Amino acid sequence: MRYLPKSPAERQQMLAVVGGKSVDELFSSVPEQYRLKKALNLPGPLSEAEIIQYFKARAAENSLGYTSFLGAGVYNHLRSVITDTIIQRGEFLTSYTPYQAEITQGTLQSIFEFQTLMCQLTGQEVANASMYDGSTAATEAVLMAERLTSRRRVLVARSVHPEYRAVLKTYAKNSGLIVEEVAIAPDGTVDTKALQSSRKEDVAAILVQSPNFLGVIEPIADLANIAHKSGALLVATVTEAVSLGLVKPPAEADIVTVEGQSFGLAPSYGGPYVGVIASREKFVRQMPGRLVGQTTDSNGRRGFVLTLATREQHIRREKATSNICTNQALCALAATVHLCLLGKEGLREMAHQNLSKARFALTELEKIPGVRRAFDAPFFNEFTIELPRSVKLVNVHLLREKIVGPFVLGTAYPELTKHALVCVTETITRAEIEKFASALRSALEQPV
Amino acid sequence: MTEHFKKASQHVSQNERLIFETSSPGKRAFELPPLDVPTADAAKVLGRYHRDEGVSDFPEVSEIEVLRHFTRLSTWNYAIDLGMYPLGSCTMKYNPRVNEFVARLDGIATEHPYQPQELSQGCLKIIKLLEDCLLEITGMDSITLQPAAGAQGELTGLLLIRAYLQKQGNPRKKVLIPDSAHGTNPATAVIAGYQVENIKSESHGQIDVEKLRDLVTEDVAALMITNPSTLGIFEPRIAEIADILHRKGALLYMDGANMNALTGITRPGDMGVDVMHLNLHKTFSTPHGGGGPGAGPVAMKKILEPFRPTPVLIEKDAGRLSLDANRPESIGRVKAFAGNFGVLVRALAYILAYGPGIRQATEDAVLNATYIRKNLEGVFELPYSLPSMHEVVFSDARQKQNGVNTMDIAKRLIDYGFHPYTTAFPLIVPGALMIEPTESESKEECDLFIDAMKSIAHEAATNPQLVKTAPHTTRVGRLDEVGAARKPILRWKQAPARSEAAD
Amino acid sequence: MTYPPSYRYTKQHEWIDVKDGVGTIGITDYAQHELGDVVFVELPKPSTKIQAGKSFGNVESVKAVSEIYAPVSGEVLEANADLEATPEKLNSDPHNSAWLIRVKLADQTELTKLMDAKAYEAFISDKNKEVSA
Repeated sequence: MRYLPKSPAERQQMLAVVGGKSVDELFSSVPEQYRLKKALNLPGPLSEAEIIQYFKARAAENSLGYTSFLGAGVYNHLRSVITDTIIQRGEFLTSYTPYQAEITQGTLQSIFEFQTLMCQLTGQEVANASMYDGSTAATEAVLMAERLTSRRRVLVARSVHPEYRAVLKTYAKNSGLIVEEVAIAPDGTVDTKALQSSRKEDVAAILVQSPNFLGVIEPIADLANIAHKSGALLVATVTEAVSLGLVKPPAEADIVTVEGQSFGLAPSYGGPYVGVIASREKFVRQMPGRLVGQTTDSNGRRGFVLTLATREQHIRREKATSNICTNQALCALAATVHLCLLGKEGLREMAHQNLSKARFALTELEKIPGVRRAFDAPFFNEFTIELPRSVKLVNVHLLREKIVGPFVLGTAYPELTKHALVCVTETITRAEIEKFASALRSALEQPV
Repeated sequence: MTEHFKKASQHVSQNERLIFETSSPGKRAFELPPLDVPTADAAKVLGRYHRDEGVSDFPEVSEIEVLRHFTRLSTWNYAIDLGMYPLGSCTMKYNPRVNEFVARLDGIATEHPYQPQELSQGCLKIIKLLEDCLLEITGMDSITLQPAAGAQGELTGLLLIRAYLQKQGNPRKKVLIPDSAHGTNPATAVIAGYQVENIKSESHGQIDVEKLRDLVTEDVAALMITNPSTLGIFEPRIAEIADILHRKGALLYMDGANMNALTGITRPGDMGVDVMHLNLHKTFSTPHGGGGPGAGPVAMKKILEPFRPTPVLIEKDAGRLSLDANRPESIGRVKAFAGNFGVLVRALAYILAYGPGIRQATEDAVLNATYIRKNLEGVFELPYSLPSMHEVVFSDARQKQNGVNTMDIAKRLIDYGFHPYTTAFPLIVPGALMIEPTESESKEECDLFIDAMKSIAHEAATNPQLVKTAPHTTRVGRLDEVGAARKPILRWKQAPARSEAAD
Repeated sequence: MTYPPSYRYTKQHEWIDVKDGVGTIGITDYAQHELGDVVFVELPKPSTKIQAGKSFGNVESVKAVSEIYAPVSGEVLEANADLEATPEKLNSDPHNSAWLIRVKLADQTELTKLMDAKAYEAFISDKNKEVSA
């Protein structure tokens, strides 16, 4: 087998040294009755070419050739080929967690750069080396707020990504955390009046997303004030990270979590992505996840190490800030490379193209009779439209035009029966937007 | 010094500052195609939400500088592609490159989790096939591929147990965990809402079955076992252990981190395990990438199936696959979307390469570990003498007599061209050296490792200072971890004062 | 380092020095030596109530965390602010300037349960013998 670097003769030699006559003897500690008598029933073995063929056949059964207007937490953005060139280098790809700092300075320095970039983007003082994704980062941030305030209630805006809220619910059930949802106001933002008037002395955190699941930007500064007045923390989660290029960062929030998928990571049917938690320096000891710190060696040379490890599971065990061990290091590296490639101007330009294209699309769609925009608060690259008929059926028609239509909001918000969440990024051309508008128009003209 | 080291030689590596220190205004790497729609007035449409300027102090560098920066950084790392990583419990095996290729295919990497299911049959078939393969390997009835890593898998497993027991009327209070367990086990138990009760290993480093009998009451929800244990030793009484738990209505959770010793040889499901997680980034070759991503699928017996995280994969008519979220008894989601799909693709590619012959990898892994153990037995203290499977744990007791500890030996190993083994774990062996070569190492690499370790043992006896001040051949020497923790500097800042020059 | 004879000691290596119903509490030289270089100390705020035998804070080195257990019950009057900026004082001067907290004792009789300097020195010398056995 091509992955095994031993010849039959070498196996024999080694077996002789060990003192065994057959390989089976090596497994004598496994009780006889549990040792498998025949090979596992698995597909293969396949050669390299056959493996490629298998996956190409699967790829052909997916969405090749379609244009997609889906966002809803996962975004198509341009990615440079250089990102892969770097992360495919064996020294990054096949390296281990940098516990032995002297021979992993490459990984450690790039994580330090990642942490810096995340601080710069979010306006926070410290950021960690990654969490699994945006949904678990938001959840862990809420748990962090719980630890910091010693309070048990959390108010979550309904406009936070439905799957993020679902993950929080799963984790909260077992930690005794009480999660309550806050309604959406007519303009699409969280209902600040309801927030202001609700009892909050036992609230650990208010969790919002911005831009939120409906596409609109939340008034972070106002929300921070509301939270702080009663000693609660504001946790702001960002699912479309490119927005940070043009939209004011949630610097007034106490903890910010980011889903970094938009920074150089392919959609890949749901993962792997990269979550980040960023916050104030004074909260760092309650922050989960790895942290890389700068230091020196005995010759005064600058170097980097994993630090503040006493927060983590391998030391703190049952009192750890989280159980997280493996994170998303290579994805964080991809995001780091991507952001360095984009740079200050590139990120701003990319964000601006998103803003412009989304607005152009809205203008074109609003020309269609029966289509109106719902929620009029400012948006970035996603917006909600209301149609005169079922979005699901409209999408069926769009598929025939090789268009993957917008997200059916009714599946997550039962009251939004005819609403769709349209996402337009820099990857969509003007022609594709125009084709989408024309296909939507014709879909609405079909007899019901 | 170089004659000693057959594998390593002094490497001249280039200096490289932080990317922010290479940055200067006006430089750019990536260019976008021109805007083909009317320009939006950002300040006008965003109003008070408009970020007035570009992200302050964000890097501004050219394409070649980015490429050189990260290329140079990469040369400061050790990696599996360079040589053996004898890290116990990590299973640092070869990461096949075809796996990277297929994960990047158009139609695989490009798929959006919310696209219509009729346009996702390829992805769903991949998920189904991997589920089936992992069930065959583990001997279990049902599985979820949603957890993002082993620790999250552990949490999922405990939540499944909790839901099951809750349905019976009482979720119970405690989880028993051996003192040799990985730190994620107790950390996870607490997050799942259980108290941790540590169970002390007996004199051979195994679970004390007689003590267990006393400890298992109706307050105990589960025991978390690692098999083989973190000592690399098989727990032969595992079925008996399962039985003791089952009689009291408790369940057996298995931490599957050490599956590399069992795949194709035996199946946890056959031995009474009720639920377990797998680490795809260990046993199933997906790359560690400097710390992740991984995936931690959880396989379970029928009784836990109704509580699986949503969505679950179902087969509709005409062989059409679908993700079903209508699962009233589910514990809910543990993560957004269906899992780390890109990692799942790689694991499936690995399994397909081996097919039924996957047993051979396990055999080679155990052969390598046993071979290394045999060669080093006289040189390092072996605290537990039962046969090792895929990993062996020594202690630094002999070398300690000269003031040389496991961390020192590990650092000196770097000079010999290897990454250190796992130091100071498991906790039940003071001064532990935990060595797991995996099946990816040739006899030659194993011999080089053995020679290096023997040489270091000799140095510990005759020239301990050399070992205690190692490594000597790396870019940086031992770093001040105390200073890093006392006054943490966790990001670069545009410094008013000139900080210490880089290198 | 000597163990001040006027102090009382616990089996978890804390010391307490009582004057007029107020106890100054710290960790012993033995404890700091076992811990290694201290990087961080977590202490309770004033007016927190502590209970004899229960943990009231922790001390961190790079690789380990140790709970600190209360020798007596009482109310915290003051926590040593110095230790935030210079935790390393715990290594160099554990019995004096690196005191941890000052408490108002709830029950002076609890002191009788603690060891005196001689008993404590014997206790740790036994411990040292165990380790090298």
